[in-house]
Amino acid sequence: MSADVKTQPETRREPGAVRAVADHARGYLAKVRSGEVGALPAVTGIIALCVFFGAVEPVFLSVGNLENLFGQGAAVACIAMGLVFVLVIGEIDLSAGYASGVCAAVMAVLLTERGLPWPIGIGAAIATGVAIGLLLGAIVVKLGIPSFVVTLAAFLAFQGVVLIILDEGKNISINDETVKAIAGGNLERWQGWALLAVTVAAYAALQLSRWRRRRGRGLAHDPLAVVCARIAALAALLTATVFLLNLERSANPQLVSLTGVPIVVVVLGALFVLWSFVLHRTRFGRHLYAVGGNAEAALRAGVAVDRVRITAFVICSGMAAVGGIVAASRAASVDPNTGGSNVLLLSVGAAVIGGASLFGGKGTVRAALLGGAVVAIINNGMGLMGLSAGVRFGVTGAVLLLAAGVDAMSRGRGALFGRH
Amino acid sequence: MLLELSRVSKSFGPVEVLSEVDLAIDAGEVCALVGDNGAGKSTLVKCIAGIHGVDGGTIAVDGRARDISGPRDAAALGIEVVYQDLALCDNLDVVENMFLGRERLHGVVLDDDAMEQLAAETLDGLAVRTIRDLRQTVASLSGGQRQTVAIAKAVLWNSRLVILDEPTAALGVAQTRQVLELIRRLADQGLAVLYISHNLNDVFAVADRIAALYLGRMAAVLDAADATQSQVVELITSGRSGALGLTETNGART
Repeated sequence: MSADVKTQPETRREPGAVRAVADHARGYLAKVRSGEVGALPAVTGIIALCVFFGAVEPVFLSVGNLENLFGQGAAVACIAMGLVFVLVIGEIDLSAGYASGVCAAVMAVLLTERGLPWPIGIGAAIATGVAIGLLLGAIVVKLGIPSFVVTLAAFLAFQGVVLIILDEGKNISINDETVKAIAGGNLERWQGWALLAVTVAAYAALQLSRWRRRRGRGLAHDPLAVVCARIAALAALLTATVFLLNLERSANPQLVSLTGVPIVVVVLGALFVLWSFVLHRTRFGRHLYAVGGNAEAALRAGVAVDRVRITAFVICSGMAAVGGIVAASRAASVDPNTGGSNVLLLSVGAAVIGGASLFGGKGTVRAALLGGAVVAIINNGMGLMGLSAGVRFGVTGAVLLLAAGVDAMSRGRGALFGRH
Repeated sequence: MLLELSRVSKSFGPVEVLSEVDLAIDAGEVCALVGDNGAGKSTLVKCIAGIHGVDGGTIAVDGRARDISGPRDAAALGIEVVYQDLALCDNLDVVENMFLGRERLHGVVLDDDAMEQLAAETLDGLAVRTIRDLRQTVASLSGGQRQTVAIAKAVLWNSRLVILDEPTAALGVAQTRQVLELIRRLADQGLAVLYISHNLNDVFAVADRIAALYLGRMAAVLDAADATQSQVVELITSGRSGALGLTETNGART
């Protein structure tokens, strides 16, 4: 199929022709074969891992563990979402992990030691992240030092900054109930259903209005059946999720009842929508991809390349701050290890596993979430199997290598089959 | 005259790259610019495009001398350049590339549908039938299709003069023909085209007039219909051909 399409570039373009569902599927297959694999490897990986761990450790598929997965993966997923922005422009931020630690430490000191209210703590953490991103971005762009080196230096320095803020490494507990609720609280059951209804209705309205608009203008559009199937799929997925999370998951329901959608899921969902919108629907997002694809072309086209690149670093560090807040909320404390050890590498791994390219020009926020899910499932499942941390690191590394291999191969296929 | 260069000079340090070059291009015609490597073709283009300022002489558009001090000034005057290395983003699709840097917005949201429609109309207007799917990435296009996108991008902006720098250098025979047909169509639609090429077959296939640069000086501007290939080759290699060309080619002007 792909060969047919590629060897007949002379075929007439037909705007307005409704492509049949079969055509739609064939078009997707052709895309995959020519190297645009998109979310396919990550989704396949998630399904395969769930089947495997579910068979080996049935408790993996319990509702309580589903909630665990969200909690364990949330911080990494946040940092990975931010990393997508620097990966898309072909840069890297190795300091994002410890940047999240610095921001969390700033918040902990303000909340616990100064006794300030939570909006100030969270605001200060995010402002710290933005300031860090501004600094890193300015150094990379204005001084022309490779981001690898700049953020490696920042990685070392921030490790020290965390120690200094925490007075040579003490542990500060977080007592603020609002902050603790970010990763620890749940919605009421009805709130989960209400949110589901609003989300699906909004998605359906967007999809259908887009379909109508494109049909009205005589532009190529997906068959209505495909659009409806997409809406139905999202509705089914979210309904299943909300239903499961609304089940009782406490081991001892008489003592304490645990039900409802975790608030961190809502936070992740909101960030996903926000950053997807920025990446795909705004001029800044378009320019981000252009800079990652061909910075020289972007410059000639009048794109403010420097500003775009600095903004990418600001978003990355800002999201690292959000990740730090989530991690601090989940642990109910901040210590020198917050955002340290493997957090950064798991985050980069998550983005790459999801389909972001280390070569730039490619990557989505969805990729970060899917990749984050893969990383969280591997760690959670192998933990349940009682495997040592050593084995877990080894396997996560192997999966990352596999994902980078898929990226490299899909680039190779793109070059082989895409052009002639 | 749409564009009129008179006595344009440009030096880089002690090296005089352009010396009192005269050239005029009218709407609806393809003017080919030929010359050996180092003759000053690229420098001349960059002066017109506003990338280099000129040291002497004037560039007039619509009979008025203009100060073109940047690519934006050139674009404002309706001058668009399609560079040899294309300047397309491989990871963006056809529409995204055509509107890069000049996206249509609906509030803060990209108006992708309007852009796609305009892109489709522009390609239809140029009778381009080689690009099937406007939403495929440029990476998946052939060299000729990519060149077509680059040219269509240049004409999208009510441009009046399109400068093409070696547009067929990397193309096969069939694709070269397609691009040449597209260039002819631009002129037939009333645009002025300045076409830079090394390939004299291509030049004679599409050009109305041929301007030959020799060591930074304009050796001659010929009507393509009256000129022969050997004349043009002589102008390129020695700056003169019979009665045509520079009377003194060792650097001194007569």
